[in-house]
Amino acid sequence: METNLTINGTKHRLDLDPRTTLLDALRHHLGLTGSKKGCDHGQCGACTVMVNGRRINACLTLACMHDGDEVTTIEGIGALGNLSPLQEAFVSEDGFQCGYCTPGQICSATAMLKEIAEGWPSHVTNDLSSKPALTTEEISERMSGNLCRCSAYPNIVEAIRKAAGESA
Amino acid sequence: MRPFDYTRAENTEAAARQAASGGTFIAGGTNLLDLMKLEVMTPEALIDINRLDLGEIEETEDGGLRIGALVTNSDLANDARLRKGWPVLSRALLAGASGQLRNKATTGGNLLQRTRCLYFYDRAMPCNKRAPGTGCSAKEGFNRILAVLGTSEHCIATHPSDMAVAMRALGAEVETLKEDRSTRRLKLDELYLLPGERPDQETVLKPGELITAVVLPAPVTGKQTYRKVRDRASYAFALVSVAGIVEMEDGRITRADLAFGGLAPKPWRNAEVEDLLTGNAPSEDLFNRAADLLLAEAKGYGANDFKIPLARRTLMSVLNELTAEAQQ
Repeated sequence: METNLTINGTKHRLDLDPRTTLLDALRHHLGLTGSKKGCDHGQCGACTVMVNGRRINACLTLACMHDGDEVTTIEGIGALGNLSPLQEAFVSEDGFQCGYCTPGQICSATAMLKEIAEGWPSHVTNDLSSKPALTTEEISERMSGNLCRCSAYPNIVEAIRKAAGESA
Repeated sequence: MRPFDYTRAENTEAAARQAASGGTFIAGGTNLLDLMKLEVMTPEALIDINRLDLGEIEETEDGGLRIGALVTNSDLANDARLRKGWPVLSRALLAGASGQLRNKATTGGNLLQRTRCLYFYDRAMPCNKRAPGTGCSAKEGFNRILAVLGTSEHCIATHPSDMAVAMRALGAEVETLKEDRSTRRLKLDELYLLPGERPDQETVLKPGELITAVVLPAPVTGKQTYRKVRDRASYAFALVSVAGIVEMEDGRITRADLAFGGLAPKPWRNAEVEDLLTGNAPSEDLFNRAADLLLAEAKGYGANDFKIPLARRTLMSVLNELTAEAQQ
């Protein structure tokens, strides 16, 4: 199935078995191994990428369903020598231990901060009409789709808060 | 995953036609692809409906909302009109899944998601829903998350949606398009079938029948809430949930629209409970009698016995919250 994807700004034309998930297309066909295959069932969030600016689980969607879409992976967010504010903050706040979930955490948090800026409410937002605040409770709730088996959660929350403060 | 033919549908009529000849619709795909990886579902053809023009939320003439079947759970939860006029639905959506999944999951797909019963997912075990006639492993197995109302001896699965519970309380209707281009509108309650002897048959939809929209009636006055009780604070299915809309006048309840999740094979609503509450002043005794009615036929299967008292407490807590001002 011919599928055209723009990944981190570069156009790719792929001819894939329709069964190929977006995650497998990234990892096996394009060599972009930053996105991780943790559970392959949408439960851990290690595969989180942004499609047309929104975070999704790349393991739970087929590449062929994204013909014409723009995909941003961790490789498109920053690299050594050119880290994004969130990547810088994960380093300075020690927001990881083994690092396996980190690409998904950072892709997820990048999109999540945009959601907060756009005023999206969450399960813990008291008033659905108010602008949500960047509290620990809000960050934890909004990041619940990204698991960290090392349980670096307090530092992940701190890193996100720090990065958000610097970009605000 | 088994091989399948993949087609991108260009319009709704083509989609319905393609699906009528044996295809399965795919929209967000977050549940379907998971089940296909496990080979619990093995469609021979997938009809990708993501390009169809079903992604809008429009106001209806009578002040309601028509929600296109492809509107994502996050777009719906965030819609300013919904947050203001139908907050119980916004709350239910935000209580479900994760940020990533809500960005992908659609309105139509959420309604048609399958149960999370462990035995439905485990192909090594009998399951009447997955393999009709093989038996139900859940009745004497790990059934902590399963149903206590509306079950049959053949299946005790729960419907896992939060969204559908709030829609049930709101009196939502589902619009569909059939292969022959005819349309119909079903109350949400009419969409779902109870398991009976055929737990594999979950809805009244015909082959090729496409959900095109969900229609909400105009907003009602009264307080609304969605209470979800689960094993962890976020990103877990409901053990018990209650969508409630309660209106008070002169110290008496004048409206009590209540729907329940986590208890049954479909979003559960009981008119007798609502009739009992309506016209009466809120009290502990009244709420207890409402719970008695709701749970009169509840049946636990061991590990899920706790859901019966949990449903009572959750209902009473919600009723206390929604009638609080009047009681003060």
